[in-house]
Amino acid sequence: MADTILKVEGINVYYGNIHAIKDVSFEVKEGEIVTLIGANGAGKSTVLKTISGMLRSKTGSIEFMGSSLMRMAPNNIVKNGIAHVPEGRRVFAHLTVEENLEMGAYTQPRSGIRDDMEQVFSRFERLRERRRQIAGTLSGGEQQMLAMGRGLMSRPKLMMLDEPSMGLAPILVDQIFEIIKELNDNGTTILLVEQNAQMALSIADRGYVLETGYITMSGTGEELASSDDIRKAYLGA
Amino acid sequence: MNEYKRISPSKRFLINIVLVIIFIVVGTLLTGGDSLSRASRALILQIGIYVILAVSLNIATGYLGQLPLGHAGFMAVGAYSAALFWKATLNMPTPVSIVLGLIIAGLIAAVFGIIIGIPALRLKGDYLAIITLGFGEIIRIAIINLSGITGGTPGLLNVPKYSSFLVVFLCVAATIAAIHFIMHSRHGRAILSIRENEIAADSCGVNLTYYKVLAFAMSAFFAGIAGALYAGFQGSLFPKSFDFMASINILVMVVLGGMGSMLGSVIAATVLTALPLVLQALAAYRMVIYSILLIIVMIFKPSGLLGRYDFSLPGLIEKWMNRKNKPGKEVANE
Repeated sequence: MADTILKVEGINVYYGNIHAIKDVSFEVKEGEIVTLIGANGAGKSTVLKTISGMLRSKTGSIEFMGSSLMRMAPNNIVKNGIAHVPEGRRVFAHLTVEENLEMGAYTQPRSGIRDDMEQVFSRFERLRERRRQIAGTLSGGEQQMLAMGRGLMSRPKLMMLDEPSMGLAPILVDQIFEIIKELNDNGTTILLVEQNAQMALSIADRGYVLETGYITMSGTGEELASSDDIRKAYLGA
Repeated sequence: MNEYKRISPSKRFLINIVLVIIFIVVGTLLTGGDSLSRASRALILQIGIYVILAVSLNIATGYLGQLPLGHAGFMAVGAYSAALFWKATLNMPTPVSIVLGLIIAGLIAAVFGIIIGIPALRLKGDYLAIITLGFGEIIRIAIINLSGITGGTPGLLNVPKYSSFLVVFLCVAATIAAIHFIMHSRHGRAILSIRENEIAADSCGVNLTYYKVLAFAMSAFFAGIAGALYAGFQGSLFPKSFDFMASINILVMVVLGGMGSMLGSVIAATVLTALPLVLQALAAYRMVIYSILLIIVMIFKPSGLLGRYDFSLPGLIEKWMNRKNKPGKEVANE
């Protein structure tokens, strides 16, 4: 049985008076792909932001490989091995592809950057072709690849991807999910937030369904994909 | 085959040092003799001081992407610190006193930058602007009310006039060089990444608070040095020189030159400082000219005169050496 590397227990997150996350608990085991699915505004991104330290939970605990993240600063959480690829392809639009990747290695010693970048380029050949291009001029799919590549540069043990399929053409969505699977095969644990429930469940080991701040269901990818409630609510069947 | 020729960093450094030395020697000779009128000599020093103010504000505005409106406050802190220090150490060897005074002015201003920066940088945009605006006013009022130390409204008089051409422009060169090196280091990249995209910077592991406060403190440090030079230039200090309009003047220079461009700040500071004196007859219309200039630039070139372009003589020489090569991908890398 694989070890649990991320354990979230009873977190409650507020935006001012709005109670966005209500008593959410879940865990991610080493080597898994775990997905959080749910509709707009269910709180998926909020959960990721809380794990990476951009938001704080008022209660509960978040443990990553034995250390508590509850009070850890975001930069130290990155150093500890969690990469957060935020929603909406937030690349540094005025920097080149290479410079974006260098930023991703911000917490890493200088010596390994060249090798790591080579690895990213071997995974995303498109980025190699465009290494000197200004990131803002890349296509949507390329920017998503760049955002993921940037996340990889910090040598994460756990990678959190926030809606990597958002706004991409179906063929690109397939590519991105293919890459996520490859990353996972190479040993990176993945926490994936998606609205595209069908795709997410098809590659996930386990999934959690988030509805208006509560986790309402959980199970293996197949279980959830075949559940009637899920099919009605998210898969349009 | 056609490899892009490059100048090594040490040679680049040498070229720039030689440039600075030529500039300072020529300037000292020019301003030392009688070849220039007293007014133009004063103008040249003023330009130097405003160049430091503009490039220092450019750190917070252009590189960090915030909008502080209290830059004259930091300048005032530096001016009064240096003036009081210089007045107290008249029997110290002059060069020692000058250097110590400049450093103290910068450090005290930087401390104020940190004190105001920690709470202010939690806020964004217009809120930060209002807080820093308030800070600038508090400094000014405090100077008026602490009249026992600062001389209050009647002013602090008989400040030793230490700001020679050499002192002012050595400071200008040192400031520009320091900012250049910091902004091209890992720390500078972190500051730029915050401007580009705060959330992405956060997710890359950049310590946002630390770098925001650092940039703010640096900005204040150099403003403090400019303030000290101002004190040594005027020979007397009055609180009203550091009012809200003074902050706005500096901001206008940065915006006009192009936020994030050091050369832009330098040019705009030079032009806007010289303009009122050149157009003496039109002095009454100074603000009108300011406004019209700003409106025109903002309409036709919203990113400022130079945008984010920065000048590098070695870079130009490199381009010239490679003039036979077609501008390839390597050029785009620069």
